Amino acid sequence: MSDAGSGTLSRSSRASYLTAGYTLRSWLLTSDHKRVAWLYILSITIFFLVGAAMAAVIRVELATAEGDTVTADSYNKMFSLHGIVMVWFFLIPAIPATLGNFLIPLMIGARDLAFPKLNLLSWYIYTLGAIFTVYTVIAGGVDTGWTFYTPFSSMFSNSHVVAALTGVFIVGFSSILTGLNFIATVHKMRAPGLTWFRLPLFVWSIYATSLILVLATPVLAITLVLVILERTVGIGIFDPALGGDPLLFQHLFWFYSHPAVYIMILPGMGVTSELISCYSRRPVAGYRFMAYSILAIAFIGFLVWGHHMFVSGQSAYASLVFGLLSFMVAVPSAIKVFNWTATLYKGSISFETGMLYALGFVGLFTLGGLTGLVLASIAVDVHVHDTYFVVAHFHYIMVGGMVMAYLGGMHFWWPKITGRMYNETVGQLSAIISFIGFNLTFFPQFVAGYLGMPRRYHSYPPEYESLQLVSSVGAVVLAIGYLLPLLNLGWSAFAGRKAPGNPWNASGLEWSGASPPPPHNFSEPVVVAQEPYSYHTDDRDNPLVPDRA
Amino acid sequence: MANAELQTGAVQASEFAADVDSLFLVMAGLSGIVVAGIAVLILIFSIRYRRSRSSMREGPPDFPLALEYTWIAVPTLIFIGLFVWGARVFLQSQAERNDALELRVVGQQWMWMFYHPGGARELNELHIPVDRNIRLLLSSDDVIHSLYLPAFRIKQDAVPGRYTQVWLNAERTGRYRIMCAEYCGTEHSQMYGVVEVMEPEDYSLWLELNAYDTTLAAQGERLFNAMACSGCHTSGSTIQAPSLEGLYGRVVNLQDGSTVVADEVYLRDSIIVPDRDIVAGFDNVMPAYNDQLSEAQLFMLIAYIQSLTLAQ
Amino acid sequence: MTENVHVQEQFQDAEQQHSTDVLGMWVFLGSEILFFGGLFLVYTIYRQAYPEAFAEASSHLNLWLATANTAILLSSSLTIAMSELLLRQDRLRSARLAMAATVGLGLVFLAIKGLEYYLEYAEGLVPFLGSFSYSGPDADQVRLFFHVYFSMTGLHALHLAIGVGLIVSMLVLSFRCSDRARLERQLEVSALYWHFVDVIWVVVFPILYLIK
Ligand code: HEA
Ligand code: HEA
Ligand code: HEC
Ligand code: CUA
Ligand SMILES: [Cu+2]
Repeated sequence: MSDAGSGTLSRSSRASYLTAGYTLRSWLLTSDHKRVAWLYILSITIFFLVGAAMAAVIRVELATAEGDTVTADSYNKMFSLHGIVMVWFFLIPAIPATLGNFLIPLMIGARDLAFPKLNLLSWYIYTLGAIFTVYTVIAGGVDTGWTFYTPFSSMFSNSHVVAALTGVFIVGFSSILTGLNFIATVHKMRAPGLTWFRLPLFVWSIYATSLILVLATPVLAITLVLVILERTVGIGIFDPALGGDPLLFQHLFWFYSHPAVYIMILPGMGVTSELISCYSRRPVAGYRFMAYSILAIAFIGFLVWGHHMFVSGQSAYASLVFGLLSFMVAVPSAIKVFNWTATLYKGSISFETGMLYALGFVGLFTLGGLTGLVLASIAVDVHVHDTYFVVAHFHYIMVGGMVMAYLGGMHFWWPKITGRMYNETVGQLSAIISFIGFNLTFFPQFVAGYLGMPRRYHSYPPEYESLQLVSSVGAVVLAIGYLLPLLNLGWSAFAGRKAPGNPWNASGLEWSGASPPPPHNFSEPVVVAQEPYSYHTDDRDNPLVPDRA
Repeated sequence: MANAELQTGAVQASEFAADVDSLFLVMAGLSGIVVAGIAVLILIFSIRYRRSRSSMREGPPDFPLALEYTWIAVPTLIFIGLFVWGARVFLQSQAERNDALELRVVGQQWMWMFYHPGGARELNELHIPVDRNIRLLLSSDDVIHSLYLPAFRIKQDAVPGRYTQVWLNAERTGRYRIMCAEYCGTEHSQMYGVVEVMEPEDYSLWLELNAYDTTLAAQGERLFNAMACSGCHTSGSTIQAPSLEGLYGRVVNLQDGSTVVADEVYLRDSIIVPDRDIVAGFDNVMPAYNDQLSEAQLFMLIAYIQSLTLAQ
Repeated sequence: MTENVHVQEQFQDAEQQHSTDVLGMWVFLGSEILFFGGLFLVYTIYRQAYPEAFAEASSHLNLWLATANTAILLSSSLTIAMSELLLRQDRLRSARLAMAATVGLGLVFLAIKGLEYYLEYAEGLVPFLGSFSYSGPDADQVRLFFHVYFSMTGLHALHLAIGVGLIVSMLVLSFRCSDRARLERQLEVSALYWHFVDVIWVVVFPILYLIK
């Protein structure tokens, strides 16, 4: 390791965390949260490309109604692996493990996370899980869908279910430990003066996400263990032949997986709040409502899982309760959408890449969320359950929402992370292209779904062909929209213009020091005496003055 | 008629389909308005308050709290309204209906089998009369499938190890798609069929042409003897077992003091997991049949036991 | 005693470090509760559905060995608590003894559990490994019970084995590390985990062995 590690030099630009060591070892054995964030950035990008390649195969196959590109079995493996990889190896860690890891200590004035070594260990656990998943792919794939429903997964599938389950099981522990780390950090490591209601909403969102990670993931873990045991040693907990109940598996799975969808959106909401407020030079409207609604989403989110099982044979009474609660979980989401819009009011708005992504997020999340309500009205769900309507719903939120937020956040904090500026024009272009490509890809799926096209279909009736073709064409546009930031950011990390310390003149604590930050973030203890988001409409080009405290 | 064209797309073949569509259209319209409203507001703000325009921002930027509460309360009320509407349509579709035609459905990788009370069987095809209440009782021989009739906007999972049911009342004659909506393995996307809704006269004709020598119940009776059920369940057998006559639909007193109505689910459990509910006054000696009977055979046995009540 | 307290880079002081460690363990245990919670839910649902079979199956378990095990585990909670107390009173040697006793009790528990498993195997009650030979009434549901039984006790035993490893490493630490505050802190956190494993058993024992 190099000798630049000691804290005294930290204000000088040469002593950044990036220059604190150049060897592979200094990266792989680091416990600096900022370097661990990089490990995740690289890993999840690889997995995004793997998942995207599978999406590409799916879209090629679906361009025509006949199953003529790959065999039915290969297709089934494609969407299963696509879902597994995208959910557990890309989207769940996407914001928390990258931006969250990098920014949480900086935003709360801490020198690192509460448990830096545990943080590194989490990445190794993630990698171990990833190895199992890559093995699954190489050995021939898994064909259960990302939901692993029994008894298909436990007794009937002939694919590599155990390897896939083991990968997901292991990566779950990485999630749990990351969540644990964030919870302890936010509780115990805040700088003096940084009260809960002075925290940036990004920190709130990661905190709530962590609660879900810690409380929901173990239920998934035990469920997967039971399926693994059934396939390996024959412990038949879900075996209908013994009187076991396949619906029990679904209850356990969705008890995790519905909260998990909020793991996949709350961090995006946090990012959006930061971006919109900074680029419109206005404090986030209704800050406390925003913070409380994050918590409300996290908690009510634990009580709605049965809306995935309206036609499974669960009792009508249970369906009614789950349906009502699903509508209620939308109320805090509505609060957020309205407050984001209101933040723009009387702002001084500029349209850097981050802002475009954030506005795209608001629109696409709203549409995705509202179609969630359509699904929550039981009578309609009976018709559209397991059709492309559902596929469109969750891609609107997860791809249109969360991936947009992830890319927006990446652009926004890129100067902080790398000390370099990306190309603004290319950035804006990529935001616009992916917005167009996205709608082109997934809007037709709403229509196909309502017209009755089931999902997970290798070949399909001809009446859906034109809609699916539009969708496939849209995916090409979308692919360009995703390739551009990859090139833009990747190129700028090495050759971009040097960034000033605070290029957006943003108010957050993370922007108060040098960019990129020194190894231990802050050389002197930080004291916070300021409300969050102390923006003024006329301060774009003047350095921020601490607000009327 | 058999070569009539398959009707696909947005066709509504039942009243329920129309109810679902209205609810959906209202929700879609509302969603459209909300999304458009948000988009327009964002656009207006983006133009009026863009950085290069500098004169429009006087006045306090704070929002009245009342506004915040309004946009909490209004959506909440709308949400409750929409939920109630959806719940009512759903409950209606679940309500018991009199005098229904009883059909039995078994899903199996990768086909649908339908059993008519008269004994007729169909594979991936289903013939039903128009304007008649129909009750479909579903089960599966292997993994979970889902019977999906898009033209009727109904869908119901067929789950191994249990019965599920769905009501149907077709309003328009014609041929419509049957699909499998729950992923069930390799040929999930090939597990489809056609439902043909017929005028009552055509239906009777079809029944005649496809008549089986025996009814479903008679097939069950044969099985009842062949599986040696009759060895215990006849008066005069050495083993004391309850008489099955008049059992279906009756209230049964169980050993643990509770009671249950003998419906299909109860009969099914009594045969494959006799341990679950033991009849008061009897020993738990009946063997479990879960490895020996297919779902179709179970349907036959149950039809037979049901016939012992209906005959009375 | 506090002179040579080593505070890790990220913390301001020893107090912050201590309370963060303890909070971290509590959060972890919260997560663990839900891990076992999934199994308890499975159990509850099946017991509701098959009360007779579960009672029947339970009567084939060895209540005496399990009761002995319960006593052993409860004593081990006592000894680990004692070791914390003794360490705080600066009685390092006795504290080590108490830790060793905890490890011993933990191992005895595992040995007895192993013996139980063996007896069940001999009786043909293990529903996997192809040796299930129970053929009384409701064989299938009895089998289901044993599936639940083996997953529950197996997972508990795994947790206990990890706990034993943890306490052993505390013992090693007590010889190798002169930073008493660190030892105290880590012992406190390990003891929390130990108590948790104990509490899980206190739930598992009645629901598996004492079904009437
Ligand atoms: C990030 C992921 C994410 C998020 C955030 C959500 C959010 C929601 N989801 Fe979604 N969902 C998924 C991912 C997600 N979902 C996935 C992956 C599946 C499929 C799983 C599978 O089977 O493979 C799924 C499936 C799914 C189903 C089951 C469909 C089926 O299989 O039959 C249902 C049913 O109720 C549902 C509902 C909802 C609801 C009510 C919300 C709500 O939280 C949405 C709330 C937000 C809003 C409503 C928008 C903002 C509101 C306003 C602007 C107010 C408007 C005002 C008025 C109308 C007055 N989802
Ligand atoms: C969580 C995140 C996530 C993300 C980011 C995506 C991204 C995408 N998804 Fe995915 N999807 C899921 C989660 C996600 N999906 C889940 C959970 C399921 C359900 C699985 C199941 O049923 O079990 C699903 C299912 C699913 C289906 C339904 C399959 C079926 O039911 O039969 C489809 C069909 O169009 C689809 C398409 C896409 C597309 C076009 C993208 C695009 O956004 C991706 C953009 C990328 C490209 C269009 C290709 C880009 C190419 C490159 C960058 C270069 C590499 C290419 C080659 C070498 C050829 N997805
Ligand atoms: C060894 C004797 C025996 C055989 C063989 C047997 N049964 Fe039974 N059956 C019993 C006894 C005893 C009971 C009452 C105790 C109980 O509920 O388990 C019973 C209960 C039932 C019940 C519930 C009756 C009620 O009043 O609620 C049904 C239905 C039933 N049997 C059907 C069948 C069918 C169908 C078969 C063959 C496939 C069959 N039985 C074979 C002994 C037998
Ligand atoms: Cu049967 Cu899908
Ligand atoms: Cu959900």
